[in-house]
Amino acid sequence: MLPAVFRCVRPISTSLALSRSLSHFRPHMDPDPSRPIERSIRSKLADTLKPDHLEVHNESHMHAVPPGSESHFRVLVVSSQFEGLPLIKRHRLVNEALKEELSSCVHALSIQAKTPEQWRSNPSLAKSPPCMGGSRGDHTVEEKLKAGRE
Amino acid sequence: MNSLIRSTARCLRQGAAVYLPRQADGRVWSASARFLCASADLQKDLGEMVKKDKVVVFMKGTPAQPMCGFSNAVVQILRMHGVDDYASYNVLEDSELREGVKTFSNWPTIPQVYFSGEFVGGCDILLQMHQNGDLVEELKKLGISSALLEAEKESK
Repeated sequence: MLPAVFRCVRPISTSLALSRSLSHFRPHMDPDPSRPIERSIRSKLADTLKPDHLEVHNESHMHAVPPGSESHFRVLVVSSQFEGLPLIKRHRLVNEALKEELSSCVHALSIQAKTPEQWRSNPSLAKSPPCMGGSRGDHTVEEKLKAGRE
Repeated sequence: MNSLIRSTARCLRQGAAVYLPRQADGRVWSASARFLCASADLQKDLGEMVKKDKVVVFMKGTPAQPMCGFSNAVVQILRMHGVDDYASYNVLEDSELREGVKTFSNWPTIPQVYFSGEFVGGCDILLQMHQNGDLVEELKKLGISSALLEAEKESK
């Protein structure tokens, strides 16, 4: 059995992935207590961007996905590596760090990328807009979530 | 049948861009001619699509009926600035487009906004540009006068 942290980064095509059913699906609202994706996001951002401040929020419960999903995240990264970079380049750095998660189970990623000075002058986390149900019945999201659980 | 053959021939000559669903102006093109064009051409088509209009949005749903909170935020921001005439492409209708645009932009999520063929970003970036005044400036460069600027002038 592979360590939980590698659940999401394994290729979807392995036979182990296909043999897992949804019977281990968690019926309650909390994500998997081990939160492998959240932990992976946190450690990758910490390693790559050496942030002064880092927040990783699992917002999957706000969207039309099953309870316990790790599909929608909001991250706030405060790093001096963002100095002098336009927003798009900052976001690309974050996307690059989380490439594996984004190509497997993470379906949506909201990013706030601030320099330490920007954070000091405005230490607030933005809020996500309300879900409009687009993930409901979206088979690609279901596939991504299955990939995350195997 | 003839119309399908004609539209396919047109598709192969001009590229599939014109035949993708266009929700912004109410016209919906059939996807039947498009499927015959190889998906490898999609990257080339996207290159044309993003330049054809000043403002281009790849989103979930349509401006009239967004299917995602983040896509809706983009629509609302543009609307606030009086930008209603833009090209929008509904990725929920076309899974090839949905994946193709992520490759094309090298950006993993939807929505995606283009100004004059240049990738601007997603919902977060557009929101921050709106909040810090950059969006008004960028629209000005496109020759679009933001409605918020007009409203500000009128109130003075």
